[in-house]
Amino acid sequence: MIFATTLMLMGAMTLMLARLLRGPELYDRVLAVNSFGTKTVLFLCVFSFLIGRPDGVDIALLYALMNFIGTIAILKFFRYRALDVALSRMPSRNTRKKAGAKS
Amino acid sequence: MNADFITPLDAFTIIDLILMLMLLIVGLAIVRLNDIFAIVMLAGVYSLVSALWFVSLDAVDVAFTEAAVGAGISTVLMLGAMLLSSRTALPAKPVRKWASFFIVLATGAALMYAVTDMPSFGDPLSAPNAYVGLEYLKRSLPDTEIPNVVSSVLASYRGYDTLGETSVILTAGLGVMLILGMGGKINGQLKKKAIDYDNADAQAHHTVLRVVSKMMIPLIVLYGFYVQFHGDFGPGGGFQAGVIIASAVILYALIFGVDAAKAAVPPLVVRIGAALGVLIYGGTGIAGLILGSNYLDYNVLDPHSAPHGQELGIMSIEIGVLITVCSVMLVIFYGFTSRQPDITDKDW
Amino acid sequence: MSTVLEILHIARFGLAGVFLLGGGFFVLAGAIGVLRLPDFYTRLHAAGVTDTMGSTLILLGLMLIAGFTLLSVKLALVGLFLFLTSPTATHAVANAAHKAKLKPLLGTYRQTRKGDNEGGSQ
Repeated sequence: MIFATTLMLMGAMTLMLARLLRGPELYDRVLAVNSFGTKTVLFLCVFSFLIGRPDGVDIALLYALMNFIGTIAILKFFRYRALDVALSRMPSRNTRKKAGAKS
Repeated sequence: MNADFITPLDAFTIIDLILMLMLLIVGLAIVRLNDIFAIVMLAGVYSLVSALWFVSLDAVDVAFTEAAVGAGISTVLMLGAMLLSSRTALPAKPVRKWASFFIVLATGAALMYAVTDMPSFGDPLSAPNAYVGLEYLKRSLPDTEIPNVVSSVLASYRGYDTLGETSVILTAGLGVMLILGMGGKINGQLKKKAIDYDNADAQAHHTVLRVVSKMMIPLIVLYGFYVQFHGDFGPGGGFQAGVIIASAVILYALIFGVDAAKAAVPPLVVRIGAALGVLIYGGTGIAGLILGSNYLDYNVLDPHSAPHGQELGIMSIEIGVLITVCSVMLVIFYGFTSRQPDITDKDW
Repeated sequence: MSTVLEILHIARFGLAGVFLLGGGFFVLAGAIGVLRLPDFYTRLHAAGVTDTMGSTLILLGLMLIAGFTLLSVKLALVGLFLFLTSPTATHAVANAAHKAKLKPLLGTYRQTRKGDNEGGSQ
């Protein structure tokens, strides 16, 4: 059962790889990479059950966190051609006051 | 082979073969593709697949490092490097260079010849399985009382090597600093904003990213510390934890801007931290000298119990590694993002 | 009493198997969708929705196998992180594509086939 799931996940990963290599738009590629990452996380979880070593789940946890950062960086690069600009500002006291005065 | 009876060994062989095939495809694609974005993404995928393969080979700590470095930070740093280079290049003329071709061919043949000398996988007589490795496995638990042998070998038996590695990381950080600057003023001027973009627009459209990142950042840091202090029992340790914590700061910088990140973690602190970590590591060794034993001998750190001294020493050097790795990652990130790109928007 | 527990035990693993295979099916279906659907936005739909469904089912199945252990807690955390980050990443990709004025394919299937020169739907 677990082995069947593992093979299914590997099949899905291969399909994602095909989309990544083909993807006409850059966004298709980003989508494929992100989806590949999610499938890797699941694969690690299932695989660690298959080999009976629970350490794989730790790695899966780490990937679930890291994949997000990579995707955000790539997208930010697309939109702004820069990594250092803010996507969002912490609302400071001044801006809050201004907003209050306006409304 | 009987199809409906698959022994576990066969199952793992199938999985290994598929993973290696994927690695091969990704590697060939990286060589063939012209699009540099796609190559950065493929490099991420390459690291993902190789981490899976490491898990399959039972090298969980290596997979953990690959996971920490490959998926998040190296993508960000490669993108940062791409920003400083131009995206287009003149197409190279296809010239046949026979001399280089033959050199490559000869090197390849030599490597293939060397492969035949390698011990086969799991060979009980191969060097890592026969001599000093067995000794480590036998002595690790009574000596250090640490269940994860990788941690005790890395930090105690091979303490010199790890000190060297930590110094290499510091040196890498210094090199980046010398080339790209300290992340402060460039030629006496602060960096101009590369693009005049609309702040209000950005804030209105990235609420989801901001909220989710605000939830994620503390969790990432917390997980980093878990990896740091759980390294004695499971995969992980100072190297991985340093990268994880640095990537939390990098995520903060990506969402709230590098200026905000620099206010939270000032470049000065990062620079001091890079050196401080190595100092802590070396200082632990000198503490052993002062207490009347060899350099990096932790047994004497606790006069009452040698294993406890080992634990103390390993803990202390892991903290040194954590500080150095985390700081150097941030030094490199600040270095890349604080440069004014030489290219204009038209070049894209 | 003990027979009831035994039945529960067997049922637990049976249920875990159903969840695992169901999750595998959703992931595979989503992957096929990402490969076969004609344009970026429809692929996004296939990837985003099935990833959430597939990962939830697979992790639930594994948690049923693991029982009440630390491993289950870790699996739940993996699920939580995926639950938070996967839709966010999907949103970010969609937002960036929309901002870059990537047009969705419109019209009936036949027209799409004719006008589709990106090779998405073969």
